[in-house]
Amino acid sequence: MTKTNRRTFLKSTGAVGSGLMLGIVVPVGSNGPAQAAGTLYTPNAWVHIADDNTITLLSARSEMGQGVYTSMPMLIAEELNVDLKKIKVAIAPPGAVYTNALLGAQITGGSTSVRDGYDKLRIAGAQVREMLVAAAAARWNVPASSLKAADGVISGNGKKATYGELAADASKQPVPEKPKLKDAKDFTIIGKSTKRLDTPAKTFGTAEFGIDVELPGMVYASVEQCPVIGGKVKSFDAAKAKAMPGVIDVVQINDGVAVVADTYWRAKTAREQLTVEWDEGAGSALSSKSMMDGIRQAAATGKVLTIGKPVGNVADAMKGAAKVIKAEYTLPLQAHAPLEPMNFTADWKDGKLLLIGPTQFQQGAQGATAAALGIKPEDITLKTTFLGGGFGRRLELDFIVQAAQISKAVGKPVKVLWTREDDMTHDFYRPQALNEIEAGVDAAGNPVAMKFKATSQSVTQRAFGLPKDTLDPFMTEAAVAGYQIPNTQHDLVINDTGLRAGYWRAVSHNMNAFANESFMDELAANAGKDPYQFRMALLKDKPRFANVLKLAADAAGWSTKPAAGRARGIALMEGYDTYMAQVAEVSVVNGKVKVHRVVVAADLGQMVNPDTVRAQIQSSIIFGLGAAVKSKITVDKGRVQQRNFDSFEVVRMDEAPRIDIVLVQSKEKPGGIGEPATALIGPAVANAVFKLTGKRVRTLPITKEELA
Amino acid sequence: MTTFVLNGKSVTAKADKDTPLLWVIRDEIGLKGTKFGCGAALCGACTVQVNGQPIRSCITAVSDVAGKQVTTVESLGTPSKPHPLQAAWIKHDVPQCGYCQSGQLMAAQALLAANKNPSDKDIDAAMSGNICRCGTYGRIRAAIKDAAETIRNA
Repeated sequence: MTKTNRRTFLKSTGAVGSGLMLGIVVPVGSNGPAQAAGTLYTPNAWVHIADDNTITLLSARSEMGQGVYTSMPMLIAEELNVDLKKIKVAIAPPGAVYTNALLGAQITGGSTSVRDGYDKLRIAGAQVREMLVAAAAARWNVPASSLKAADGVISGNGKKATYGELAADASKQPVPEKPKLKDAKDFTIIGKSTKRLDTPAKTFGTAEFGIDVELPGMVYASVEQCPVIGGKVKSFDAAKAKAMPGVIDVVQINDGVAVVADTYWRAKTAREQLTVEWDEGAGSALSSKSMMDGIRQAAATGKVLTIGKPVGNVADAMKGAAKVIKAEYTLPLQAHAPLEPMNFTADWKDGKLLLIGPTQFQQGAQGATAAALGIKPEDITLKTTFLGGGFGRRLELDFIVQAAQISKAVGKPVKVLWTREDDMTHDFYRPQALNEIEAGVDAAGNPVAMKFKATSQSVTQRAFGLPKDTLDPFMTEAAVAGYQIPNTQHDLVINDTGLRAGYWRAVSHNMNAFANESFMDELAANAGKDPYQFRMALLKDKPRFANVLKLAADAAGWSTKPAAGRARGIALMEGYDTYMAQVAEVSVVNGKVKVHRVVVAADLGQMVNPDTVRAQIQSSIIFGLGAAVKSKITVDKGRVQQRNFDSFEVVRMDEAPRIDIVLVQSKEKPGGIGEPATALIGPAVANAVFKLTGKRVRTLPITKEELA
Repeated sequence: MTTFVLNGKSVTAKADKDTPLLWVIRDEIGLKGTKFGCGAALCGACTVQVNGQPIRSCITAVSDVAGKQVTTVESLGTPSKPHPLQAAWIKHDVPQCGYCQSGQLMAAQALLAANKNPSDKDIDAAMSGNICRCGTYGRIRAAIKDAAETIRNA
């Protein structure tokens, strides 16, 4: 390969030669906008350096709470040798260079940010460092090897210059293909707990979320959508709405009828005066029960896809087993319900579109709005704000297209803002799932064969056009557990219920780990063995699994008796290249599960910001705990029955357990941490409930009704 | 027209009388720190204080605060002079997505104004109306205790 030319390297970023950071939004915060600086140079797509030595590091991932606004710059800064306190951060515009190699597009999700960026961003930082050194070497006519880069300054041979003073020259240097990277032992930033760069702005109320965007002349829209998802407008009467104060227009768009007014409240109030006749479509026949019946039917008769490679001969081993044990587990629909309701701001002008808002999927936002408006993606400028939560909901593009269509229809900048009820009833839900497992055990109760079948809905078919009857990797996560069982077979059946499904934090790990880890507990109970010891005996050649299991058990005091009226449950999983075990300690108060303490041991290889790792584990447990003991979505006559946080209950302060975390120090390749703990809290709690009550609950959430 | 005192300054809102205070503060006056989460007093993202009491501005008509003292997160402190709660929030790196935090801070400030040594139960009672979907509850609890100590020692 020839040396990468700077211009080709940057071709797709939109930043070449402009001297401006077009398409980049710098959220308002303690770090002011970099645009205020002098001329900006872009030695590569990840680093901008201004004449005045303002250094801006780009995060190609959206900040939705998971800390990439800090961890992505940490990776660059480690090699660039700059002080994080002296840099600014910007969220990258859409661009091919920012593609997430693990997901094939510019997407924030799948606990991939560090896994994708770990090498890429360190290389990017090192490239710029070497270009700065090369520029200084040329300017001073000294060998590059005599110079060093430290704290934003190149020095050596009695000379020194700031990165800013060298940036113009450096940006003309060839981009080194294989810059020298530091040894992990020499890291001064990576692996050190680092204060989040967005905390001050989020503490003083100045962080800019999508809902906070304002454009000159902007108007507000509230959209009436069919109560049955997928239904279409047949006709509507807007006379009353149009007569309401402040109403500018009422327009029909693909998803429904939008009321546009001079304030949000007026738009929302006038929307209540609309009369819409809907063609509800096939969705109106759906209920959660009919959908689950369809899943059961598919499990019995649908096309079976094999997950991974079968091991041994399950059929023969089952025949020879002393006993065969079977169980089935189900999970209901769940909503994402990020606290910031769906919103986006669009400004259509002269065939070009400006989009500003919270999204996990920049290229998708560009592509979907371009298609909806019949323009080219490059006619769309997209700026990403902070996200008031994502959890997978903001991978979807529906609300973005709505903003674009309304702005085009009224010819003004428009902010579309959903109500909580809109959000709850028009989500892309975590799909229902049925997991059937059977095991053949020997006389001692140890498994000699295991057969696993998951039946659920494919999000990837809908969202990314995965062909039918092909294995969806986002349905088979954690299906194959770490245990050493001589004969195993894992199958998948894909069934479309007719209700749109979405990626929900931890995706299919939730279903598969709940089934596997509940079942492992059932096998231990059948064998009359301690569930921790039973698991450990099946992990003889799985050191990373065994290690976290032991760490969690030890930290939880597994061998000691819990307080009266309490019991502990344990669960183990690998997901996102992260090995994790959890122990939950529960009691039952007034028929309801109370979780007192959760102990987590995690081995995710090399960590970037350990305090963020802790925060993500804490976050995932609280998020998962809601789905484990409180919330679910149900559907009747095609309508989602939960509309707000009174009927879709989430974990609150008084229900938040103490969480103790043990992290394994490791130089293995980094694993993801934004999601896995979400999937393990369910089985850990269910197993504890079994220990306490003797009742095996094979579905979540474990509500009063399930325990009765 | 409704006149009230916002963060120490008299303001007159043009909005229709039944407009929730939240939208007046955010969109008419332009203080964006206070957030919209549920519109039904179920999540606490819109928490502000009226005459020192935490209220949900998403269901409070602007006309209800006529002549009253309203305070928002913008009144708490600044980066150079943070409120003890904000200093503790930064020390514990409390926020994740950050969207609920203004409401959390306004609820916590009302708690500490009434009780400088809150127990876990006091914190549960004062803070359970404020949802955090990122699950920062443990850090919020630690930061409130930390700030309470700072205030007691001041």
